[in-house]
Amino acid sequence: MATSAIFILDLKGKVILCRDYRGDVAPKNAEKFITRVNELEESGRITPIINHEGITYIYVQYSNLYLVAVARENINAASILLFLHKLREVFVHYFNELEEESLRDNFVIAYELLDEVMDYGYPQFTEAQILAEYIKTDAYKMEVQARPPMAVTNAVSWRSEGIKYKKNEVFLDVVESVNLLVNSNGTVVRSEVLGALKMRTFLTGMPECKLGLNDKVLFESQGRSPQDKKKAVDLEDMKFHQCVRLTRFESDRTISFIPPDGAFDLMTYRLSHNVKPLIWVECLVEKHSRSRTDYLVKARSQFKDRSTATQVEILLPLPPDAIAPTPRTSQGTATYAPEKDAMVWKIKNFPGGREFVMRCRFALPSVPAEEESTGRMPPIRVNFELPYFTVSGIQVRYLKVIEKSGYQALPWVRYITTAGEYEIRMS
Amino acid sequence: MSDSKYFSTTKKGEIHEYKEDLRAVDRSKRKDSVKKVIAAMTVGKDVSMLFPDVVNCMQTDDLELKKLVYLYLINYAKTQPDLAIMGVNTFVKDSQDPNPLIRALAVRTMGCIRVDKITEYLCDPLQRCLKDDDPYVRKTAAVCVAKLFDINPELVEDRGFLDTLKDLLADSNPMVVANAVAALAEIHETSGRDVFQITSQSLFKLLRALNECTEWGQVFILDSLATYTAKDAKDAEAIIERVTPRLQHANCAVVLSAVKVILKQMELVDDDVLKKTLHKKMAPPLVTLLSAEPEIQYVALRNIHLVVSKFPQILVHEVKVFFCKYNDPIYVKMEKLEIMIQLASDKNIDQVLLEFKEYATEVDVDFVRKAVRAIGRCAVSLERAAERCINVLLELIQTKLNYVVQEAIIVIKDIFRRYPNRYESIIATLCENLESLDEPEAKASMIWIIGEYAERIENADELLETFLESFPEETSLVQLQLVTATVKLFLKKPTERPQQMIQLVLTYATQETDNPDLRDRAFVYWRLLSTDPEAAKEVVLAEKPVIADVGSGMEPQLLATLLQNLSSLASVYHKPPETFVSRTRLAVQRAEDLPNPEDHFGDESGTAISSADAAIADSAAAAGAPAAAASTTALSPQPDLLGDLLDLGGGDTSNGNVHQGSHDLASSLGGLSMGGTGGSNASQQYNSPQAQPAADDFFGFGGGSGSSARTPPAPQAPPLPVILPADKGKGLTVSGRVTRQNGQIVYKIALANGTQAPMDGFMVQFNKNAFGLSPANQNIPVGSVAPGQTATADLVLNQAAGMLNAAAGTTPTLQVAIRNNQQGVLYMSDSVPASALFTEGGNMDPSTFPPTWKGLPDASEASQHLQGVTPGNIEAIKPRLVAKNVFLMAARGSPSGAIWRPTARAQGVSELKLPHDANFEGLIGLRPQ
Repeated sequence: MATSAIFILDLKGKVILCRDYRGDVAPKNAEKFITRVNELEESGRITPIINHEGITYIYVQYSNLYLVAVARENINAASILLFLHKLREVFVHYFNELEEESLRDNFVIAYELLDEVMDYGYPQFTEAQILAEYIKTDAYKMEVQARPPMAVTNAVSWRSEGIKYKKNEVFLDVVESVNLLVNSNGTVVRSEVLGALKMRTFLTGMPECKLGLNDKVLFESQGRSPQDKKKAVDLEDMKFHQCVRLTRFESDRTISFIPPDGAFDLMTYRLSHNVKPLIWVECLVEKHSRSRTDYLVKARSQFKDRSTATQVEILLPLPPDAIAPTPRTSQGTATYAPEKDAMVWKIKNFPGGREFVMRCRFALPSVPAEEESTGRMPPIRVNFELPYFTVSGIQVRYLKVIEKSGYQALPWVRYITTAGEYEIRMS
Repeated sequence: MSDSKYFSTTKKGEIHEYKEDLRAVDRSKRKDSVKKVIAAMTVGKDVSMLFPDVVNCMQTDDLELKKLVYLYLINYAKTQPDLAIMGVNTFVKDSQDPNPLIRALAVRTMGCIRVDKITEYLCDPLQRCLKDDDPYVRKTAAVCVAKLFDINPELVEDRGFLDTLKDLLADSNPMVVANAVAALAEIHETSGRDVFQITSQSLFKLLRALNECTEWGQVFILDSLATYTAKDAKDAEAIIERVTPRLQHANCAVVLSAVKVILKQMELVDDDVLKKTLHKKMAPPLVTLLSAEPEIQYVALRNIHLVVSKFPQILVHEVKVFFCKYNDPIYVKMEKLEIMIQLASDKNIDQVLLEFKEYATEVDVDFVRKAVRAIGRCAVSLERAAERCINVLLELIQTKLNYVVQEAIIVIKDIFRRYPNRYESIIATLCENLESLDEPEAKASMIWIIGEYAERIENADELLETFLESFPEETSLVQLQLVTATVKLFLKKPTERPQQMIQLVLTYATQETDNPDLRDRAFVYWRLLSTDPEAAKEVVLAEKPVIADVGSGMEPQLLATLLQNLSSLASVYHKPPETFVSRTRLAVQRAEDLPNPEDHFGDESGTAISSADAAIADSAAAAGAPAAAASTTALSPQPDLLGDLLDLGGGDTSNGNVHQGSHDLASSLGGLSMGGTGGSNASQQYNSPQAQPAADDFFGFGGGSGSSARTPPAPQAPPLPVILPADKGKGLTVSGRVTRQNGQIVYKIALANGTQAPMDGFMVQFNKNAFGLSPANQNIPVGSVAPGQTATADLVLNQAAGMLNAAAGTTPTLQVAIRNNQQGVLYMSDSVPASALFTEGGNMDPSTFPPTWKGLPDASEASQHLQGVTPGNIEAIKPRLVAKNVFLMAARGSPSGAIWRPTARAQGVSELKLPHDANFEGLIGLRPQ
């Protein structure tokens, strides 16, 4: 069943845009929405889906806007939430920045888009690039009247025909982001790697692509030599962009697709078996007296010597009432960021197999603050980038591009590992 | 260029200004003006008076301008129905434009204009567009059929659009197929008619389209596949095989809907190896949902909660992924916590406890409290971990954080209830923290602990006394606990001080308080103590039943419904759809506008569609009597009452073969009249779906069993329908039905003990319900039921205003709780047949009948054919009707037979009136007043 209307509201709940699809929810309900959200927020029971006076509001907040879908029926909540996110992407694609002002500046086009992305409350088509082919931002430039591109209803709904490039290139970035949670006693509670194959394609025509990975399941089914198998990786839960033929993958693990034009995520995957933390951080607390506390932070890189982590940033939380924190570091620079209640330690280059130390001394007021005892310190957070490296060991074995015009496409592959939610709990 | 300037002018006379500009010769000026009008409309100004001028701009080559005018039309056509017709010409013309974009736009917009006159003109363009060469136009037209159906279902029917829509399921274009699926599914659900039945042929087409259409289309198709009941295990396996690749889709909604389909089809699969493989396959995608945006994580977690409740094995090894991240929004954290409790086991409890302990020191107080409760719930459900849980709780109490301590004491009380006489050593630690208690629940828990273990706490009297000082100011929860605890203390240590205390407490509680509960409890204790202290001891200090963790338990029936609705709002709210769906369809208003509602009587293409009907449609469709709801929709501007009365019938037949059930009911009515027309004949008659209105059994004449129907005045009660099967009742099978007996409403109940031990102490209670029914006596007079035995009882039911659940309307559902000493409380639900409510006093003076009859809205009339009745034998069936408290009031001849007017009164539901129309076979009707 379907959505009744889409509202776009400012943070005060005033309607900026409102597209009514079914005529059973009045725009005045938008005002009730914001009151209800505020009430729930105060009582700490806010959720992204709320029901008020028989109407369901599904919403996401983005910059200074609320995108709200309203319904009276038992609609598919997951689908509509995703739709709102996709709608956000479409608007961002069109207006570069999506906020109150850009939306008011482009309300005509926004209404046109709302007409196209949803019909009678059913999500229809949300590929921004294809939409841009027939809903133009600058209507005056349009000399020929727009027609719906074939792609809108094609099986290949993400790519139009007739794309041309002088130089045919594909950029493939393998990005792995490491989520880590370490307890205050130093045990790894949880570690996982979220990987993504990010592609940017600049290809002519309707190219057929085939991607080869060192996929363990594939190697096993092909009966490769044990040596090969060692190099293979076991990826959990691969998820593909809609261009990938899932049935084909299910039957013989071939990743074949006609890519959209430009940037997209071809595939994501997850790795949750034990991953050794790449940068290990521990913090020793030495409380000398109320007026003097020392944090001794050790950061150790646990990857091979030939790799080097860059843009390393360690956020060390300090008590909010810390007085005059002074850091000393063996490498990099540390600065106090009072707005984050943290010491930010930055190390530009962090080679493998090294250990650096920071000592941070601070005092606390002699009179303890009232709520001092409540709550715990937030975790230490770490950011870094590790180029030319993947935790999983995933490798792109080949990327074949076949187009009927027979051109040679150049694939460029890069590997990088970054820190995701990398948290070390303080004691 | 920026559009924001259109919002700016607010000076006087702007409407006039717009008007002038709209009439301007200059095209760009006109366009600017329309933009200004739309801007004004957006901020909520009424610009409807510009209607004719805006519509004048409609005929243009400028696509942008055209879209704006259309947008205006959608918003204001309703307020200016007569003027809206001005646009029709342009629409019709546009629907034949060479540009498919414009054709689609025209038909899309026309469908959104909810004006009767326009819809008539819509038909021809729609017909063309449904067969358009361009798939973009066809996919738009497919949705348009659903729009039109909502406004005017007869029109859709007459023009054969439904068939064209069904043809589109075989369209070569996947998006057209997907939209046709969405439209058909909607019509199917709102009309309650069997318009969309997936067959093995269409199934194949849907599965093929599934591979090719957009992500949204895939969701439509998967959601409809989830309603398909496979023929056999092989069929189900084939579907699963085709759907499984969807688990790899990047779109979370596709993944969740695929999980829904697989879970549904898996019900038929009995290959355990395959089941296991599927469980394994579903786990990683479910886990990956937690890497999505927080809002989507929330939906995913609510859904995972359901999946885990039914199939814990799927995620049994994944508890770690539900550990909270520091920056997770609070709503995500709360849901993760809930799932962690579900997945906690002896194997992982140490890790889980460590996490809970971490959370218990976080900043957000609500989250901290929930974490502490979580520890308590794990202790209650995992016996072997109880001690570890208690140790963690004790550590947390040492933090001296006020709310942590209070929450810990509340859960420790539960742990004591679960494991009596095992962990009392920790009471001393608890007693150290009495001062920090300021919340009623925590105080009450602590007082309970002191009272319960008074003999082991040396200074129990002192401790209680400190609480007693503030007795008058406490909340009733604390007061009640204080009274009980003091009595316990006195019984355990009958020394001087407790004696004084008890005097004081009971005096206050009986004389000073306004709270009847407190007063009653105090009186009870007082009398007990003064008449027989030994008996008091036995009563007050009796051994208590052990409790279990019910925090995440869900009724199996509800769980099944929610799993069917995975990924929908129902799965997020954890409530069945009918509890929150609030459709107010335009069509309902239309039905009221109709000049002559009688014309619609019996018209199968019902117009009035409401949420209740949709819900009924569900149950009716599920029950295999789909036509039923359709015939009622036609006559119900008061859909709730009628719809629900229908459900009365649905409930009654739900436990047998449904077709059989309703046929028998029908034939039992026939039996009433003819005595022996023969059931098989009746069945044939009713095989035509239209001829089988659900009204069939809402009288409950048949009582449910075929055999009784054929031996007409069925003196022997048929076996009672089972309302709680043994597997859900921990070995106890409960059957029951509400009926009428000797002028009273009686709940006939049978309790079959399938366990190895005797059961006793049966008691019953109802939840508040639509008819205000409650048992006159809570005890079920069956004594002890030996293993393997069945005991029956007739419980007299009263109707009391206090039991009336106004919110339920006339929902026939009756929620029943039955307890006994061995199993604790069991919950089940039953429904009330309308016939049980008909009173003996329903007969009325023939002279007062016509005005009363006319006073009832015609549209709330439902009818039923009586099998085998001819004008000649009316008198013969009269006594049988009377036996059911249905009284014949009038009969008159008509060309096709005779019209009868019987009447009946129902208790509690206001008055119900039964017209009786004996066209060829006799027709019986029921009107709620």
